[in-house]
Amino acid sequence: MAGQEQVLGAPSSQPVLRGSYTYASITDKIADTVLERPTHWAWAVGFAVSASLTVLFIVAMSYLFAKGVGIWGIDQPVSWAFALTNFVWWVGIGHAGTFISAFLLLLRQRWRTSINRFAEAMTIFAVAMAGLMPILHLGRPWFFYWLIPYPNKMNLWPQWRSPLVWDIFAIGTYIIVSILFWYMGLIPDLATLRDRAAQRWKQVGYALLALGWRNDARHWARFEIAYLLMAGLATPLVISVHSVVSLDFAIGNTPGWHSTIFPPYFVAGALYSGFAMALTIAIPLRATFGLQDFITARHLAVMAKVMLACGLLVTYSYLVESFMAFYSADRYESFMLLNRMTGPYAWIYWTVIFCNVIVLQTLWFERVRASPWMLFAVAILINIGMWLERFMIIVVSLHRDFMPSAWGMFYPTFWDIAILAGSLGAFALLFLLFVRFLPVISMSEMRKLVKERRESSS
Amino acid sequence: MTQPAQYGLLAEFRSAEHLVEAVKRTRAAGYRDIAAYSPFPVEGLADALGIKRTCVPLVTLLGGLIGGAGTYFMLWYSSVINYPINSGARPLHSWPAFVPPTFELAVLGAALAAFFAFLFASGLPRLHHPIFNARDFDLASRNRFFLCIECRDPHFDDSRTHDFLRSLDPMRLVPVPW
Repeated sequence: MAGQEQVLGAPSSQPVLRGSYTYASITDKIADTVLERPTHWAWAVGFAVSASLTVLFIVAMSYLFAKGVGIWGIDQPVSWAFALTNFVWWVGIGHAGTFISAFLLLLRQRWRTSINRFAEAMTIFAVAMAGLMPILHLGRPWFFYWLIPYPNKMNLWPQWRSPLVWDIFAIGTYIIVSILFWYMGLIPDLATLRDRAAQRWKQVGYALLALGWRNDARHWARFEIAYLLMAGLATPLVISVHSVVSLDFAIGNTPGWHSTIFPPYFVAGALYSGFAMALTIAIPLRATFGLQDFITARHLAVMAKVMLACGLLVTYSYLVESFMAFYSADRYESFMLLNRMTGPYAWIYWTVIFCNVIVLQTLWFERVRASPWMLFAVAILINIGMWLERFMIIVVSLHRDFMPSAWGMFYPTFWDIAILAGSLGAFALLFLLFVRFLPVISMSEMRKLVKERRESSS
Repeated sequence: MTQPAQYGLLAEFRSAEHLVEAVKRTRAAGYRDIAAYSPFPVEGLADALGIKRTCVPLVTLLGGLIGGAGTYFMLWYSSVINYPINSGARPLHSWPAFVPPTFELAVLGAALAAFFAFLFASGLPRLHHPIFNARDFDLASRNRFFLCIECRDPHFDDSRTHDFLRSLDPMRLVPVPW
């Protein structure tokens, strides 16, 4: 076993928790990032930038609601562009959080403990951004609730055979379950903050959120069962959500969309971009708040390995997609692929291949996995690559489908870019508020980790 | 009926093992109205306290079944009975298209049931509890382990219970006022 781990280059001797922490010191260290620590200048700068972008987001949405989707670059034949690309990208990012917190809990992976909380928060904020996008893209966004079956005077039902209707069930369930799972894990930690807070208003605020949690063994027994059940439910849910998102495309007959590989291809891509975003957040987070003892080099390396595995699956999907385009002997499919590689959007295809396939290969090297700077750079490139991949799937497939007389190009307008930049800003703003008001690492799980480490060392 | 002046006696321990041992001895001494508090879930503590299996898994299952069956019924009823539309000669009861919403809402029903079953079974949310009146009880969410014997226990006798808890060698022993 030991020899095998050396071959794999696994830093298995590196702990998931550094330093000599006790129950008290680990609690104080994490609670103090919320309760005591003065505002870090980097946090303030990030807050200013993301708040400005959020204002831009609000302006762009208001203008959109006033004028309609004509302010974007969409037209026939490219009637889906930035909003749908953003939607798929943000939902994908949301997948890593639930994967880390639920799936790895079921697999009893101890390295999940210090990264699950912020990854879940990332999920919720990313899915919130994703959920906005299709609503913004509706012609009459104020009627978005027509997608939900409710008793109405019009005597109408949604069209159940449409994957766009399945979407609202999938995304709606996903955001509710993610929030429940996140909140449930937070309850013991909110009780800790209640007990540790010095000011009255903080005590009352956290006490109300903690719902009266007493750390009673009876509470813990039910908590553990319910938490495990929620993890078991969230795991298939995660797989189903991006599968349903992929069906939005796969059920249409557009060349480049109409493919049975889409559900697994999208799920792998979702985890890939999700882990990239988790690393993009984890690396500055641990540096700014001094959390290197909890989010260790081991965590970054393991996340990089998961990213490598998902990236290879995505690479495989690219290969199968290309092979099938020619093997199908469908002239529209094979044209679609040649158009992707050599057409007017060829630079997007080759950037996608560069970011998602070539840059990915650097993760085979332990030196890259061990260097936060290099990992951060790789993660940023993969984030960009995955956004462009969705743009490629959506726009490049639409712009030249069947009849050359109906071909066209898509050019984004300022408002397209404002919505994308604004959603990034709003996501960052929510995340920055989260790290200021809630513990970024689960304190109760870290205390349990301290106990397990004591037992294994004695 | 006058309010009793005291809720119980609270013993504080330094380690999880010590708490589990103390709980076992307290149960062996015949006390039943006891509660243990720990800053993280302690293995074996629930068994030591004699906590029976909870209703949470069953309620979760029921929630999932209700969510799934209810959704499938709604889809079937709306497509076949309430609003039948011939769409491209597809069967009205086109069950493959009904699978994704059914699955999603089954998960939603189960997750909501699990969360609320956990809250309900734990008696939460609750605005206040007498245990919070005990001195330094806030350490239960930090680094200390507590055992409380409540006054309503039939075996409870102020001095005898006090001596018994003292014999468990706690770090500290404090009364819990109402």
